[in-house]
Amino acid sequence: MPAPQRMSRTRRLQVLLLVSSLLIGCDILVPGLPADNAVLDAPLDGLLPEQLAVHLAGDEDFARRFSPADGVGPTFNATSCDQCHVGEGKGHVMFNLTRFGRMGPDGFDPLREFGGPQLQDRALPGFLPEQIPAAVTGASAFMPPAVTGLGFLEAVDDATLLALQDPDDADGDGISGRVQLVDASTVISEIADLETVVLGDGPTRGTLVDGQFIGRFGRKAGSINLLHQTVNALLQDMGLTTDLFPKDLLNRQTGNFAEDGVADPEIPSGVVNALVFYLKTLRQPLRRNETDPDVVAGDALFGSIGCASCHLPTLRTGLSELPQLSNVAFHPYTDLLLHDMGTELDDGYTEGRALTAEWRTTPLWGLGLSADFQGGQAFFMHDGRALTLTEAIGLHGGEGSASRTAFQALSAEDKDRVLAFLRSL
Amino acid sequence: MKQGVMRYLGAGLITVAFLGGPMEGAAQADTIQAADTVMAQEGVYNRPFITSVGRTAIGGYVEGNTNWFKEDGVGEGFSMELRRFNIFLFSTISPRIRLISELEFEHGTEEIELETALIDFRVSPSLVLRGGILLPPIGFFNQNHDSPKWNFVERPLVSTEIIPSTLSEVGFGVFGKFFPGTVTLSYDLYLTNGLQDGIIVNDQGRTHIPSGKSEEQFEEDNNGSPAVSGRFAARVPGLGEVGGSFYTAKYNNFVIEGETVDEARRVSIFAFDAQTSQPWGEVRAEFAVANIDVPASLTELFGDRQWGGHIDVTVPIWRPQMGGYSRPSALELGLRLERIDMNVGTFSTTGSNIFDETTALVPSISFRPTSDTVFSFNYRREWHRDMQGNPTAVTAGYQFGFATYF
Repeated sequence: MPAPQRMSRTRRLQVLLLVSSLLIGCDILVPGLPADNAVLDAPLDGLLPEQLAVHLAGDEDFARRFSPADGVGPTFNATSCDQCHVGEGKGHVMFNLTRFGRMGPDGFDPLREFGGPQLQDRALPGFLPEQIPAAVTGASAFMPPAVTGLGFLEAVDDATLLALQDPDDADGDGISGRVQLVDASTVISEIADLETVVLGDGPTRGTLVDGQFIGRFGRKAGSINLLHQTVNALLQDMGLTTDLFPKDLLNRQTGNFAEDGVADPEIPSGVVNALVFYLKTLRQPLRRNETDPDVVAGDALFGSIGCASCHLPTLRTGLSELPQLSNVAFHPYTDLLLHDMGTELDDGYTEGRALTAEWRTTPLWGLGLSADFQGGQAFFMHDGRALTLTEAIGLHGGEGSASRTAFQALSAEDKDRVLAFLRSL
Repeated sequence: MKQGVMRYLGAGLITVAFLGGPMEGAAQADTIQAADTVMAQEGVYNRPFITSVGRTAIGGYVEGNTNWFKEDGVGEGFSMELRRFNIFLFSTISPRIRLISELEFEHGTEEIELETALIDFRVSPSLVLRGGILLPPIGFFNQNHDSPKWNFVERPLVSTEIIPSTLSEVGFGVFGKFFPGTVTLSYDLYLTNGLQDGIIVNDQGRTHIPSGKSEEQFEEDNNGSPAVSGRFAARVPGLGEVGGSFYTAKYNNFVIEGETVDEARRVSIFAFDAQTSQPWGEVRAEFAVANIDVPASLTELFGDRQWGGHIDVTVPIWRPQMGGYSRPSALELGLRLERIDMNVGTFSTTGSNIFDETTALVPSISFRPTSDTVFSFNYRREWHRDMQGNPTAVTAGYQFGFATYF
């Protein structure tokens, strides 16, 4: 039997290079893309390359950790957008924002002289964070919402929302939604004006209703459009000034009117515009298991027990400068209106003309992915007080109480079907 | 031959004769000594130097690499970088006084830093006085960070994110060695200007000790309270070296013009390292824990405790005798396992763990024509969990790098 021949050095090297080449080409070693319906941060289909470039610039700014040198603070809640909106999904309760105020004979006072309405509970070294003042009569924690698909919500015409209102429950279904109205101050008017696009006979969004603008973003619908939401969050959440809100948040509670030493505006309009465009061009969440028989049955039950009266499955956008957002039907499961949710959810805090028990209907799209962006444990309702969907449904009082009762009366199998449907969103 | 002798004279005389170590290996062309023969504290001298000009020797190293990575399926494509071009100057001013300096050019001229510029005065092998811009002796890597010494393109995470290597600070101190029996014991103790409040005031949005490094500290201490660092180590012939080290400093500007304006906040790092070089291969490990005083309003968002560690194993699988080299070259397989946790603790709102963790596995194939030069091919796979512990993001890719002393 001949002795085995030893491999020459050259041959060994060749084998090594071959193995290395195979490893490099091996897809198993390099992670692939996650499933399309498992992510929230995808752009709208069909963006032009130039639009995609702005979208990606906004994406980068959304993830950017702003530093004190950029102007964060002196008081703040977070240092980046994606700390609160991880993966563009719902945030962790650790990043809940606290807002407070005082109900008085002249209505709700946001206590601006005490730094209200938002509590900046963090501060740069050398500054003191705010505390909830003793004068408050109501405070509410706001869990960061998902930010995906917001361009569709913004593109709904004012007329559509006004038509959905039923403030006096004229149809007798127990649901009496109404639009939020925001005072047309100089800055809000400027914000509305900056975002106005005339594509038909005249502007169809950002129009004046009884001298006020319709609010549509935020738990109380306090923001009139994505630009308003963005510059407000930059200032209130991170202490970053912009052209529209050029003054730093100061800790009035301590009488410390020293700013952070960074020239204002701290965030240039180009960054603001990129952020707004990014939010506008995030795709709507995609559903999972929508053809599953239980999900289909749950969808029908969701409508039959009245949930869909507020969590409206389908809305339609008006004309938009982006074809993807123009005159299209989409499925956010919200009517963007304020509804009385009863004493269970009345924290004594409010914004605009909303009563303290009134909340804007939360869009349910993306609901099934909540846990994936909240550390594995989903938190529901405006402050994350519910840990399960059943618990969340149980907290629906006021206009939602009839649906809650109807859900609780369902058989266990039907409840599971409704929950399966919600998880498919 | 002449060059080999000069290189020996450079590294050998510097590292061995000065501190009174053994003289073996005089005929070797390779100049980097293995971990079982040279202690970590000699890292800055365990380098080759080319021919001297007068009493000053010149040397350095250069490193570059390629990158191709994807994170969850998304990548930036292929890129190349020249990470560092470093120049050493060494001078034996007198039999008892020596000077060494290192000027670093990072990414071309993007960052230029005088990383080392120190003078040693030897009283005896057990007592050497050192002053200047020095490398605080936290762990093993900080004093032994030259890329040609490592078979992995990336530096260990624990050594860059927890221990902020390369950490060079202005200060002075003492070091030395004792020789009880066959064991060698070493100590290092230094006072330096220390890290500054960038640990919290940074663009990372979290506690980040490396951001506490500042050019200002080369001029003055930001709070008049120096950092103290030290390392104690033992080397057993044939086994290797183990070391324990610490670094502690008040990092924030708590005093302005004599008035106390803030609570003094301290950063403390404790490290353990071990190295062994055996016929079958080499193992290097380093672990570190950091405690950071964080302002009360920033807790949870900014971690007050961090930890990390790495283990590197390198095994030679082929030692070809190549023309022109007096010692065999080496083809080596390596594996690094590493992990860092940038925020140890739990959320007060939920009681759940705060994550912000990264774990990495790095197999490598390296070729060393000589101990001074390494060509390395790395596959790096990294698992990252954000603060909330959301589903793990996976980054993976390939790097080819080279590093060589000159």
